[in-house]
Amino acid sequence: MSRLITRRSVIAAGATAGTLTTLPISMVRLAFGGTREDFSFTYISDSHIQQIKGASFVRNWDMGLKRAVAEANLILPEADFVMFGGDLAQLGKKDELDHGGEMLSHLKGKLHCVMGEHDYYLDLGEYWTKLYGPHWYSFDHKGVHFVVLNSIITTDEWTFHRWPRAEQRMLEMAGLDNPNGSPFMVGEKQRAWLKDDLDKVSKDTPLIVFSHSPLQKIYKGWNFWTDDAEQVQALLQPFKTVSVIYGHVHQIQYNQIGNISFNAVMATAWPWPYPDTYAQAGAHVPVLTVPMNRADPFFERDATGWQMIDVNSGRVTARYQLWDNQERVVGYDPKLGKPVDKRYQEAIVRKAPQLHY
Amino acid sequence: MRRYAIALVLGAVLLSPATLADEFTAADVDRWQGEFDSVAKKGRELWTSGAVGTNGVACAQCHPNAANTHPETYPKFQKQLGKVAQLFEMVNWCIRNPLQGTALAADDPKMTAFVAYIYKERKGVPIDAGKH
Repeated sequence: MSRLITRRSVIAAGATAGTLTTLPISMVRLAFGGTREDFSFTYISDSHIQQIKGASFVRNWDMGLKRAVAEANLILPEADFVMFGGDLAQLGKKDELDHGGEMLSHLKGKLHCVMGEHDYYLDLGEYWTKLYGPHWYSFDHKGVHFVVLNSIITTDEWTFHRWPRAEQRMLEMAGLDNPNGSPFMVGEKQRAWLKDDLDKVSKDTPLIVFSHSPLQKIYKGWNFWTDDAEQVQALLQPFKTVSVIYGHVHQIQYNQIGNISFNAVMATAWPWPYPDTYAQAGAHVPVLTVPMNRADPFFERDATGWQMIDVNSGRVTARYQLWDNQERVVGYDPKLGKPVDKRYQEAIVRKAPQLHY
Repeated sequence: MRRYAIALVLGAVLLSPATLADEFTAADVDRWQGEFDSVAKKGRELWTSGAVGTNGVACAQCHPNAANTHPETYPKFQKQLGKVAQLFEMVNWCIRNPLQGTALAADDPKMTAFVAYIYKERKGVPIDAGKH
């Protein structure tokens, strides 16, 4: 059946989901050299499945994840695997992880998951582990080395000694702008594992790292931040071709630091403001980033979506599938040595809705 | 003598800072600021509370620190409503839709608290009514 799915049927499926939208499903296949193959994977993130009571969940967030799964399944040729970028649940509850997990179970192909803080701070990832395995790991695929990190851990004092109840700890970390939260980090133990893991890999091997929080410092107040980002970056810099893909920020971001390209992915649940629009904050949104359009709250799925990630000769091209909006394509430009938006990078071609304030 | 006494009392009353319309002290300013701050603080509590609507969703989930609310631009033409709208109408839109709750009256103390909090987070941004 899946072999019969065409572009038209994808569009029809979009219409069934309640919106008439064209879904760009082109897959660019560039020439590649050596033994490496070009391939694509899908990336879904930040679904924040939120239990109201019993079997009742917030419909809005459910619809985002359901739609992403349905559309990702219609892609032909099929992607090689699926990444889920973390924050499957809102408050880390078993019921939420089960409800979201049931939706993810409909995905075709191998699923790899990243831990988000909303999955973690109730039981420190215990139930998530039963569903999706270790908190950090690596795998190889078609000549590319992939690493998955748990970048949302924090100090032992905050995690183990500050809060009388696990539910309160989860709530304190769940509030993005909550001053009682604590900066994310990868931590010494995981960095030691990462060093060991990378020592076994040739520096010529393309490396793609997945984290939930940005492995760069953008705005500490909302944890668009990883406290030991520089130490993690130092372990990645010796590789010739390195990409970091992260969730958490619910918006298009991209950057280049030394050898490392960064791409953020969209949420399926809701968009977040760019932190430099918060009048009381000092934020460092990468200057390279051409923002996504300002969200229209009257379109429930606007400024949310999912991604196709094309890997060409080890470099990442992110195809943002934006519901109720135009697709955005951000890919590494070998001549410029950094990721660029394929259409809007030059200031002169940017659109008014891309200006945030 | 009696008339003199009355004049004295009247003079004292008129000179008393509490009764002069155009006089206030630093202590008054502190107290009034405190009144505002306590209402804005109540607004912050409501903003981060899942109890405003019916589905547990909080305003802060989409609007951390009330960002992306642009209070300085209201009243403005809200294209989705097809008219010039006030900030409280958009707050109610969010209460009714993403929060699946019931709209508040414009002068409901909860609405005043929401608006106070939104403006407090936007402090320093120039007024620009009508801006899209």
